[in-house]
Amino acid sequence: MNCPPTPPRNSLCIVSQWNMTNPDPSDIYFDSFRDPDRVCRLAACIRRELAGPITLMEVCGTHTMSVHRFGLRDLLPTELKLLSGPGCPVCVTPNNYYEQVRLLAQNRDVVLCSFGDLLRVPGRDGSLEDLRVNGADVRVVYSPAQALEFALMDPLKKFVFLGIGFETTAPLTAAVIESAQNECCGNFFVLSGHKIMPPPMRALVESGEVAIDGFLCPGHVSVITGDAPYRFLAEEKGKPCVIAGFEPVDVLQGLLMLIRQRNERRSAVEIQYTRAVRPEGNPKARELMQRVFCESDDDWRGLGRIPLSGLRIREEYVAYNAAQLIPPVEIPPEDLSGCICHKILRGIALPNECALFGEICVPDRPRGACMASQEGTCSIYYRYGR
Amino acid sequence: MCLAVPMKVTQIVGPNCTAEMSGITARVRLDLVPDVRVGDYVIVHAGYAIQRLDEQEALETLSLLDELSAHAAEE
Repeated sequence: MNCPPTPPRNSLCIVSQWNMTNPDPSDIYFDSFRDPDRVCRLAACIRRELAGPITLMEVCGTHTMSVHRFGLRDLLPTELKLLSGPGCPVCVTPNNYYEQVRLLAQNRDVVLCSFGDLLRVPGRDGSLEDLRVNGADVRVVYSPAQALEFALMDPLKKFVFLGIGFETTAPLTAAVIESAQNECCGNFFVLSGHKIMPPPMRALVESGEVAIDGFLCPGHVSVITGDAPYRFLAEEKGKPCVIAGFEPVDVLQGLLMLIRQRNERRSAVEIQYTRAVRPEGNPKARELMQRVFCESDDDWRGLGRIPLSGLRIREEYVAYNAAQLIPPVEIPPEDLSGCICHKILRGIALPNECALFGEICVPDRPRGACMASQEGTCSIYYRYGR
Repeated sequence: MCLAVPMKVTQIVGPNCTAEMSGITARVRLDLVPDVRVGDYVIVHAGYAIQRLDEQEALETLSLLDELSAHAAEE
């Protein structure tokens, strides 16, 4: 077997032997899908079966993270080109959202509750972290539920949860809005920047800017959506799609399944991550999301305005919409000068093609959103040395 | 941001459960995944369970993969 003699660089693979006779579930979910032997065998299969150059896009930032964190790139043949897609929510959130956040922060009775990843994104007038330095009350939360807990404890202030994320996260925000309603909580609000994944995938394919031979589809988005939203890619556009998990074995198996689809000249939506993704997704989560949000045209950094790609809070839940606390924002959703995030998010440039990368723009002092988010392509390239 | 981890449900109280992973315990909301039982593994994203993990499917994925890659290695 053509297996590399040394473990991959940056590898966090844990050497373990899976006990076939009496597997413990935690061994199955953690160790088995990081097993170096399986990783090597899969990489050997990919090298053997790849029949020519292929360009695949891993849509999700968490996939990009896995590829680099586990050193998988070093195991793959150079003819297999991997592009990072627009699946980092913080990265694709346009500057006009951060401008809304800045306006909200000017109200001294407003407390902003945010996931940590948003804090360093440079807006036109600084980042959330800068707002905090200047006296705004900005709290990092790990869950929307935590933001509601804060609101219930301090009814004299207005708590605004910054709702960023795709179909994985939007149902959580929907659930917390319903919880706020059930608790008759009048001081909890959401600034929705939620978006959905299939419209930008369509936009990328239809722009023709970059040739993509297949998509590694986002695993945790698909936990909610199921496989149906990608069918147009396979059926109308002829693009193989595989929904994959995030452990090294998952990612490599997903890539191998894409290569096999191409070798067999077919395009379908296949699920590699079957332990978590059902074809029908999570109907309860989707129903909740659809009850609270409606789809609307939305701006994406790098991709511009995409029809029906954003999730707006429905009129029935307007009492929880933070947008009512501020005047409408009309600023262009453009990048800061010199930053090429907009190209990186479309797969037409790599971080090291940016003049700012690694010099002026670093994770501690990011100039663009792709360096500010842990899952941004620039941040990943910087941290894992590519 | 779409990071989610498998955790084992150890206790259920109303819409919340206690779940653990590698010695870390967390309070997790169950609003999106009905019918969870103690002992189940769920995927947790930002404090909410978003799906129950299917152990049988995980084992099938691994066994299919081992079969395919072993076959490839023999060629």
